Amino acid sequence: MTYLSDSALNRLRAAADTPDLSSTRYRPIDKLGQGGMGGVYRVEDTVLQREVALKIIAAFDSGTELGERLLHEARVIAQLEHPGIVPVHDVGRLPDGCVFYAMKLVQGDRLDDHISGLESLAERLRIFGKICEAVSFAHSRGVLHRDLKPQNIMVGPFGEVLVMDWGISKVLGNTEAKASGPLALLGTNHGTVLGTPGFMAPEQARGEHVDHRADVFSLGALLQFMNVGSSRVIGAISSKAMAEKPGDRYASVHDLSTDVAHFLDGLPVSAYPESWTTRLQRWAGKNKAWLLLILAYLIMRTLFILWRAAE
Amino acid sequence: MNKVVLGLIVGGILGIFDGLTAWFTPAVRAQMVGIVVGSTFKGLIAGVIIGYFARKVNSLALGILFGLAVGLILAYAVAAMPDPSGHHYYFEIMIPGGIVGMIVGYATQRYGSAPQLAR
Repeated sequence: MTYLSDSALNRLRAAADTPDLSSTRYRPIDKLGQGGMGGVYRVEDTVLQREVALKIIAAFDSGTELGERLLHEARVIAQLEHPGIVPVHDVGRLPDGCVFYAMKLVQGDRLDDHISGLESLAERLRIFGKICEAVSFAHSRGVLHRDLKPQNIMVGPFGEVLVMDWGISKVLGNTEAKASGPLALLGTNHGTVLGTPGFMAPEQARGEHVDHRADVFSLGALLQFMNVGSSRVIGAISSKAMAEKPGDRYASVHDLSTDVAHFLDGLPVSAYPESWTTRLQRWAGKNKAWLLLILAYLIMRTLFILWRAAE
Repeated sequence: MNKVVLGLIVGGILGIFDGLTAWFTPAVRAQMVGIVVGSTFKGLIAGVIIGYFARKVNSLALGILFGLAVGLILAYAVAAMPDPSGHHYYFEIMIPGGIVGMIVGYATQRYGSAPQLAR
């Protein structure tokens, strides 16, 4: 009996792990990540001579339902043409039955890694605003993400923010079976839990029907994650977004991002009722020069009056 | 509201207020009406000039500086005229006049609509 060395075994494992892309225009370079249903690879598009990311799902059943669902996911993302959503370039099936789709290769950091280097709350909130824009756009097309978390947000080297992994997204108005992504294989009927604890809305965790307010909850959790106890106002905004009952949350992602934008602009926010003294302080802070000039004038006038009276 | 009109209004209001403070100087109380009218007129002129400057130059610092200069010059012209006893009130008129000019300069730079670009 001949024993294989560890290195030979590792090479065999790597070869077995590399998808057979010989029938496609893609040449594998390396593996970027592994999920429960398949992996994501860095590949070269030999026609356009550029690197792209290839998401391959192990749909070995070669049946139509799974393949159709995965194709549906790719089609859903392809509908979402937005700078904050990773574009899908191509979709197809490999000879072994695996379904793949090619998407833009995103260079950059994951949000959780990126914000650890950001001192300024304003910078963090500007990133949050871009995330909201992308999610709000998806909602306007009737698509829910359902798994918003720091690990699914990428920040590029030029500040571009991309919302990734629409794998368990849902199209509103369609039935769950038709609309959901690859994890729909597990079934997304009522009672099935999809998402990430801590970022998942309570109704989603209970496997109940969800709507766009589930994403509002996840964005609230994301905001809380990005705030790290810095601001009471931002804390109030994230608390409102994360209300237990969907009806108590912001009605839309747009409303949530408007409150955050108001905070950045020094305007009142709906989630944080202010006393008149706070409002006065904020107004005075914004009109310092104006107030100082008027104060200077009044002081000057008073001094002259007192001086004349003393004479 | 355009910047010239804003300057006119702010300058006029501050001019009236500035003139009314003469009441606290008993020596000139008899000429109150003339002082208030003159002060208002001075404020209006300063407002128009500073507002026009704000239309042409978009800079808060330069706007305040220009307002100070205009306020001081106009106030000097008024202060150069002595009261019936021959007394001049340079400080009492010029320092508040300069501050009024700065306030109008700030207001016209910060607020009021800029002219639209021709198509």
